Amino acid sequence: MLPLILEPLLKIALLIAGLMTAAAYLVLVERWIAAWVQDRLGPNRVGIPLTKIRLFGLGQPIADGVKFLFKAEFTPTHVDKVLYFVAPMSIFMAAMVVFAVIPFGSVLPPNIFPASWGIKEPIRLVAAPGLDVGMIYVFAVGSIAVYGVVLGGWASNNKYSFLGGLRSSAQLISYELPLGLGIIGVVLASGSLRLDAIVSHQAQAGVWNVLAQPLGFVVFCVASFAEAARLPFDLPEAEQELVGGYHTEYLGIKLMMYLVAEFLHMVTASFLIVILFLGGWHFWGLTGSSDVVTWPVAVLRVIVLLVKVMGVILFFMLARWSWPRFRYDQLMDVAWKVMIPWGLVNLVVVAVWLEYGDHLARWVGLSAERSMTAVGFGVLFLCWLVAVIADPTRGDNHPRRSARATGDAEDKTPRDCGPGEAEMQP
Amino acid sequence: MKPDDRNITWIQEPRLGLAGKSYVLLFLQGLTTTLLHVFRRKLTVQSPEQRHEIPDPLIYRGVHRLNRDERGRVKCVACFLCATACPAHCIDIVAADHRDHVAHGAPAVPGPWPDREKYPQFFTIDELRCIFCGMCEEACPVDAIELTSFYDLSGKSREEMIFDKQKLLSVFDETKDTEPMKSKRD
Repeated sequence: MLPLILEPLLKIALLIAGLMTAAAYLVLVERWIAAWVQDRLGPNRVGIPLTKIRLFGLGQPIADGVKFLFKAEFTPTHVDKVLYFVAPMSIFMAAMVVFAVIPFGSVLPPNIFPASWGIKEPIRLVAAPGLDVGMIYVFAVGSIAVYGVVLGGWASNNKYSFLGGLRSSAQLISYELPLGLGIIGVVLASGSLRLDAIVSHQAQAGVWNVLAQPLGFVVFCVASFAEAARLPFDLPEAEQELVGGYHTEYLGIKLMMYLVAEFLHMVTASFLIVILFLGGWHFWGLTGSSDVVTWPVAVLRVIVLLVKVMGVILFFMLARWSWPRFRYDQLMDVAWKVMIPWGLVNLVVVAVWLEYGDHLARWVGLSAERSMTAVGFGVLFLCWLVAVIADPTRGDNHPRRSARATGDAEDKTPRDCGPGEAEMQP
Repeated sequence: MKPDDRNITWIQEPRLGLAGKSYVLLFLQGLTTTLLHVFRRKLTVQSPEQRHEIPDPLIYRGVHRLNRDERGRVKCVACFLCATACPAHCIDIVAADHRDHVAHGAPAVPGPWPDREKYPQFFTIDELRCIFCGMCEEACPVDAIELTSFYDLSGKSREEMIFDKQKLLSVFDETKDTEPMKSKRD
């Protein structure tokens, strides 16, 4: 009985400690990347206190954390007291709990515990192994994060926070759809909602989903950037426009909960991208694909997974400085006019391929995997071409000038091309 | 303001070309720009171990100094031009005027320096108010006040940052070798 309790507890302890440390140090990495992109050095001075040892600034996250903890616990008088406290807790809780089903490795051989404990099965490196609704759980719990943002904006009783919360609710709800459409293709292909099963499917097929369904990858990637509220989709916060967005009125430990939750969203998104599309712990010729492993392979799989996740996180951080923020209507256009149709096309293509793919591959004379990759990239290119030609995101956000109001008899404003030269004259 | 207000000039956003519409090229362009910057030489100066390189200390606008003449006296003639020119009102001069004594019928006491009508009895600059614009230096007719290249001044109290005549003269003593007076330059 004891081992049964101890095993998940150990994993949970490992996860929480690892995630908290990772979130703290990712802040440091983010600041480094931000500095390097701007030709600066970044934080490099905080090391061991009371000594001259600097350790490249690795003491910075600890100093930041201590600073947050010792800040005055001040509550503005104009806030909704209950919701003001509930909001950061809910977003933090949601961000942490998602990791219950996210595997942080493959399996460990059972001989990590004494033989007398009677554990025979290989130990799965998930806090809640074998949860058959894994993907649904991730999205169900992940959606609670919207509550934290919306409630925080509402409870702050501040118009900037409120605008941030409003934007965020619309953005997060819009991007749930492409996010879901992005994974349905993967779930169809691997026939399971379990994250470890999805990885195993990719490992056994030897083709990562990014090759088999590049369109789904693009849709999922863009949607997860938006869900993590990272640039170029960081409209909920948008420092330049909204001060701090929904967490303008927060400080101290409550602000830290928001910030850590934001970083955990990014980590979750990176884990999901890697697990669903980039093969999880699998790497060709390195990690094998079976469930029975030796120690070196088990460790290697963890390393491969974490390296991939770190790569995606670095891409997230670099992306922040590479592209300007979308305007709000562009953001909505990208979700509703591009990403959702692409997700639907991807879904249809995957479904049709699963039904008739083998026949098609035999007819063409390529292997199933190769022809799937070819079809996937062909569909991606076609969808991209259609999007370029149709240009569905080109919007016109000017209010319509009604002919009556200006006294001009003829209404020269075509619906889709905005006010032309003629109307711009006073 | 209504959208059909005649005072509003609606500006149309620029039409994107094919590259802009396809997004991919611009996506790659942005990514390569940031990536190249990551590996570029960093511009950070690690103060205080490294010092900023001041291109020309003679025209740099750091902390002030009061110049001395050949006999070691303060060059200032208390004309108040610097205090008048100062946009931050941070210069405070109390002039000792030789002629005052004469005008009030008192016996003509010779000033400390008979070759000058006035001299500053007190000369204080509030370095916290100063915006280091250098207009005092431009206004000075006798090259008495100059800005040095000493930029990282700090103090533990506001009082400490109000520099009096002695302190401003001592800044001159410290910097006169590295930064010669304007009138001594060719």
